[in-house]
Amino acid sequence: MYKLRQQFLAGPYLIWIVGFILLPLLMIVYYAFTGSDGSFTLEYIAAAFTSETNRRSIALSLELGLICTLICLVLAYPVAMILNGMHLKNQGFVVFLFMLPMWMNFMLRILAWKLLLSKNGVINSVLASLGLGRVSIINTPAAVVLGMVYDFLPFMLLPIYNAMTRIRTDWIEAAKDLGAGSVTIFFRIIVPLTASGIISGIVMVFVPSLTSFAISQVLGGGHVLLIGNVIEQNFMQGAQWNAGSGLSFVLMIFVIASMAVFGMIDRDGEGTAIW
Amino acid sequence: MSKHLIEFTDISKSYDGSLVLDELNLYIRENEFLTLLGPSGCGKTTTLRLLGGFETPDKGRIHFDGADITDLPANERKLNTVFQKYSLFPHMSIAENIAFGLKIRKKSKSYIEDKIKYALKLVNLDGFERRSVDSLSGGQQQRIAIARAIVKEPKVLLLDEPLGALDLKLRQNMQYELMRLKEELGITFVYVTHDQEEALMMSDTIVVMNQGYIQQIGTPEMIYNEPENAFVADFIGHSNILDGTMLEDRLVEILGVRLPCVDEGFGQNRPVDVVIRPEDVELVSPAEGCMEGTVTSLIFKGVHYELDVMANGYEWLVHTTKHIPEGTKVGILVTPFNIQIMRKPESSDEKAVEVDV
Repeated sequence: MYKLRQQFLAGPYLIWIVGFILLPLLMIVYYAFTGSDGSFTLEYIAAAFTSETNRRSIALSLELGLICTLICLVLAYPVAMILNGMHLKNQGFVVFLFMLPMWMNFMLRILAWKLLLSKNGVINSVLASLGLGRVSIINTPAAVVLGMVYDFLPFMLLPIYNAMTRIRTDWIEAAKDLGAGSVTIFFRIIVPLTASGIISGIVMVFVPSLTSFAISQVLGGGHVLLIGNVIEQNFMQGAQWNAGSGLSFVLMIFVIASMAVFGMIDRDGEGTAIW
Repeated sequence: MSKHLIEFTDISKSYDGSLVLDELNLYIRENEFLTLLGPSGCGKTTTLRLLGGFETPDKGRIHFDGADITDLPANERKLNTVFQKYSLFPHMSIAENIAFGLKIRKKSKSYIEDKIKYALKLVNLDGFERRSVDSLSGGQQQRIAIARAIVKEPKVLLLDEPLGALDLKLRQNMQYELMRLKEELGITFVYVTHDQEEALMMSDTIVVMNQGYIQQIGTPEMIYNEPENAFVADFIGHSNILDGTMLEDRLVEILGVRLPCVDEGFGQNRPVDVVIRPEDVELVSPAEGCMEGTVTSLIFKGVHYELDVMANGYEWLVHTTKHIPEGTKVGILVTPFNIQIMRKPESSDEKAVEVDV
């Protein structure tokens, strides 16, 4: 009886999930596999690979996603090591550092980058006044990657930092005692013991960067067409719901497949909970 | 047994301004089982960590086998440590843990396999190669930690309270195991513990420490039977420690009673500390004793009863096999041989002995 009442408390959330997540998902699947007349067709799924635009945007999304993930990993790992090495008494401070950027709306922050990077923006004004010429990275893939890294870096940093705090100093000392130098300790002890954090970080950065469309829209200025932008155009501009759903479905498969791959590597199962 | 393998010379170390070791001098002979014994914060673990290379002294030098190793990093020292918390690598199997040090030395595969087999046999855990660290009990993990430390054939094995986390029965078994290992390996053991029984049972030499100072160095028998000061006497087993006055050679006064003893050379009318072990206090009828007292508490301890006896304003701790109920009037008798006289501390570094444990 008590158990039943507890389950009842989960009701509102259940309704939320079914109404706003499960049903829309099913609708996407339905539209993905039907034509405009409502009959079954694989045309829109196949379009993801046959259409030149779609192929290119998928390839570009994967490429930028991977580059962004790699940059985040390379940037976050040393930072996590340094933060961990500081042995801060107040771990809340570290969490505060991670949360700080999230206090400001992410669209605002991306728009700020647009202003900074634009042809007559702050960066170029400063460079010009120093007589160093101008850089024009706005509306290029590089600007999009910059925006992504800027936005997703905390998602890489936090899980790696977490994994690192769980490494006991006596493991490091034991390794030293057994003759290991710093390089051996890094590759044989620290990296394997933070593997679950690295994998979580990769998933948490790669998936949103793969599916993002707002950053590429603002910083790419319509020149960088990611898969997310193509989907957005299908829905918002052309009202081609079937084509948009088809692409969304393919993207979803990509996301699930990548999480499954990482889930298999991550033996502890801490990183990707869904698998 | 005679060669000095390790020498500490004038070693000082402080953390955050508080002095942990002050001008420590100590040598460790080849093939001896030396125990650093003392309460927490006495500097024993710091001494071991200095030797292991995990700390550097503020002052002084450490020599190992004739060479100065003070600035040598831990991974280049020819000694290995067994840590208190076992410290096995959780992401490696038992075999990988044991092989870790050997792989760094780039030993051949067959050599490593033989060594793993040999080490596991030595710690009585044959066939545990493929097991994961998590599946082992605390005692087993500690054996693996020992196996991992000895496969590199160190000249010295450092053990930092290795049995601290084990339960009593297991700890006793492991004490015998360690003594057997020491015999089989024929190497030097430097052992850190706060457990005086453990130290007395296993060691060739005991170094009693308190507040960063060495209080006494000696064989277990010397430490137990002839403590040099009140701290050692108090730390090694429970004792009656009384303020007394050495009236002349072979005569001491405690609690207003003059007692004959066997010590000489303290001078006349000198204040001293007097130690009498609880098992050395004889309880006789009130008329026969040198002072009269009343039993105030009686606790059964298994092999003996532990009694508190109030006599001349001092609560005596007495171990006896006789059952003497509370409230009984008794006489206290101590044979001269069992009265241990110690000098009162005078200089500042000797003051460390006065700290209560």
